[in-house]
Amino acid sequence: MELAIFAGLAAVAAVSGVLVVIQRHAVYSALFLIITMGALAGLYILLEAHFVWAVQVLVYAGAIMVLFLFVIMLLNLPREDVPWRPDDFRRILIGGALAVVLVGELVLALLFQAGEQAPALPASPGFGTTETIGRLLFTEFLFPFEVTSVILLVAIVGAMVLAKKQLL
Amino acid sequence: MSELMEALITMLVKVGVVFATLLFVAAYLVWLERKVIADIQVRWGPTRVGPFGLLQPIADGIKLFFKEDLIPGHVDRALFLLAPALSVIPAFLAFAVVPFGGTTTLFGLLPKPVPMYLADIDVGVLYVFGITSLGVYGIVLAGWSSNNKYSLLGGLRSSAQMISYELSMSLSVVGVLLLVGSLRLTDIVRSQEGFLLWPLPKWFVFIQPVGFVIFFTCALAETNRAPFDLPEAETELVAGFHSEYSSMKFAMFFMAEYINMATASAMATTLFLGGPLGPLGPSPVWFVGKVLVLLFVFIWFRASLPRFRYDQLMTFGWKRLLPLAFANLIVTAVAAAALGMGG
Repeated sequence: MELAIFAGLAAVAAVSGVLVVIQRHAVYSALFLIITMGALAGLYILLEAHFVWAVQVLVYAGAIMVLFLFVIMLLNLPREDVPWRPDDFRRILIGGALAVVLVGELVLALLFQAGEQAPALPASPGFGTTETIGRLLFTEFLFPFEVTSVILLVAIVGAMVLAKKQLL
Repeated sequence: MSELMEALITMLVKVGVVFATLLFVAAYLVWLERKVIADIQVRWGPTRVGPFGLLQPIADGIKLFFKEDLIPGHVDRALFLLAPALSVIPAFLAFAVVPFGGTTTLFGLLPKPVPMYLADIDVGVLYVFGITSLGVYGIVLAGWSSNNKYSLLGGLRSSAQMISYELSMSLSVVGVLLLVGSLRLTDIVRSQEGFLLWPLPKWFVFIQPVGFVIFFTCALAETNRAPFDLPEAETELVAGFHSEYSSMKFAMFFMAEYINMATASAMATTLFLGGPLGPLGPSPVWFVGKVLVLLFVFIWFRASLPRFRYDQLMTFGWKRLLPLAFANLIVTAVAAAALGMGG
């Protein structure tokens, strides 16, 4: 049952991930990206990480992608009419090389993991709840948590500087 | 009957009841709105169809069903068809975690008490915010796929507005969450039991008045209601994102708007007005009563306030409401720490 749900969600995520790339229109690409995010959110539920699910939906699907769509619509991007050109060798070369590296990495990871596959442990009580995650963020992972917030602050200040260039 | 079957049937019946109630609310909220606004403007409102025009929503529904379903030639077909559904589905889904009563045995008909909510999840508040934030896609895509500049403007305004007001809305709730120490809606209701100072009940509206005002203001904006109904501003955008829609697709946008109003009122009731709590124990009667009062206020606002200008809307959201919500949060946090309250 769990495997079937995982396979379904993974297939949806992978297929819509491919569709993001091959769509002619940026709006459709954004929509398929939302579906990918939704499928990933489903995987989090499967892992009993309900809080992460909620944040995934709220932040990625609900806020970031709305802004993506907003910008795409604001720019009013036209449909791309230039089809994929097989004669452009550089693109194929770069893409192909990256694909080979990625597949290689996956194979290596699977090979090294195969020997030491431990049986999945049942989740400890309270796993994935808001309280547990909050406690962890403010104790064990306090430093990475604060570093992340500083990075976000830098991004905000950067956006302000770029937007208000004429004032500086 | 096995345990599983019983749980499944109970769940299906509850889902059916909530679904049907929401459909009913969507239809009769239109009637209520027309009547209340008519009263405020010293008119009659609907009177012809049935007593007090009570059958008007049914007549409207039949009319909308049988109208020609027009799909203009210049639209992006797939998204044009998808948009109304994307708008109405989140509206229904969001209601799934709202506790609308205590437990019931249906006057002794059921062998054991059944809790009156569909789901009680650990991240209840986040669930509602997450699902309602998906509702904007319906409006944005309707605006874009209509391939019409007025509709596009409506869709753009809507996405900007929802992003802006969602922030203040979430922040206004954090004060309550600090005091409760849980995101579970049933926990939030339970922590409002008892009295703050007799006969004042311990509802969060009395402890977090600023939070309540911010929440309700943002709810008006999030549901595209006057004075924040810029996405559909009739006078300048020709109804904005749903200009090109007809028949049931048009009706679905309206259903979504009215169900969102009901959900926003239900959330305000749960978070700030004690949910189903009241004298003689928790009951759906109190819950529905409080929601109706809030819905009346929604309509009252529409009848009383003119629409904001777009720059006023943005200034108000980012420069007034957001700082106020932050201030409220900081004061609440300091007070809760000083008095040793909260979870």
